[in-house]
Amino acid sequence: MKTANSMSMTFSALSENEAFARVAVAAFVAQLNPTLEELTEIKTVVSEAVTNCIIHGYGEIEGDIYLQCKILGDSIELVVEDHGIGIDDLDLVRQPLYTSRPELERSGMGFTIMESFVDEFAVESVVGKGTKLRFKKRIRTPQSATHHEV
Amino acid sequence: MKVQIETMNRGAMMVATLHGELDHHAAENVRGTLDREIEATKVDCLILDLRGVTFMDSSGLGVILGRYKKMQAISGELVVTSLSKPVERLFEMSGLHKIMKIYKDRETAIKALKEVTK
Repeated sequence: MKTANSMSMTFSALSENEAFARVAVAAFVAQLNPTLEELTEIKTVVSEAVTNCIIHGYGEIEGDIYLQCKILGDSIELVVEDHGIGIDDLDLVRQPLYTSRPELERSGMGFTIMESFVDEFAVESVVGKGTKLRFKKRIRTPQSATHHEV
Repeated sequence: MKVQIETMNRGAMMVATLHGELDHHAAENVRGTLDREIEATKVDCLILDLRGVTFMDSSGLGVILGRYKKMQAISGELVVTSLSKPVERLFEMSGLHKIMKIYKDRETAIKALKEVTK
């Protein structure tokens, strides 16, 4: 099996970096020739995950976000992690339209969107330690399909 | 993100055209601009033209839903136009398409709203 191609980056939990994070991941996964739709899905997932770290993980506290992306065959694995306050009730936050910050006009759709746009999604969180989101997504482009038949 | 504002129909209608990426970072600015305009112009109808939106996530949905509620609170109306495929998908996923009127472009929206406000 081919060694996985991976990249990782650490950046400040600032909203200015949301665009940076999604564009960086999109550029990295471009080598799998995703469709425009798949690329939008990936960018949206990164944006949701990073925004969660900033708003919910750190809130008013300063901190860093750790992002890792791996290419394994025709799939990508993405990990987005913060060392913030953590999530108390994981079932509750996954409910559509639930938000712990209604005063910020959050739509409560972040987790639902992330779940819909990837094939596998897992959340690990320890209160007071932080939250780790893991995603797996297969890129289903004709090009990668041909590649596998050979 | 740039927000372009035009008022029409003798000040009863406002069209706000959004250009750029509507994420959490841009949200605060968009919210502030739209709320200031809503309060200053006292319009009954706000048409949010999304044709220039190149990226949007759940933070964008939050801003739009927030303005929708604000317009409702003053017995006004907010409609959206020119949704791209990805934005339309987010509207469907969140159920926003069931509560808000969506028009294919601003001309259709203006025409429909003029009929109502006649």
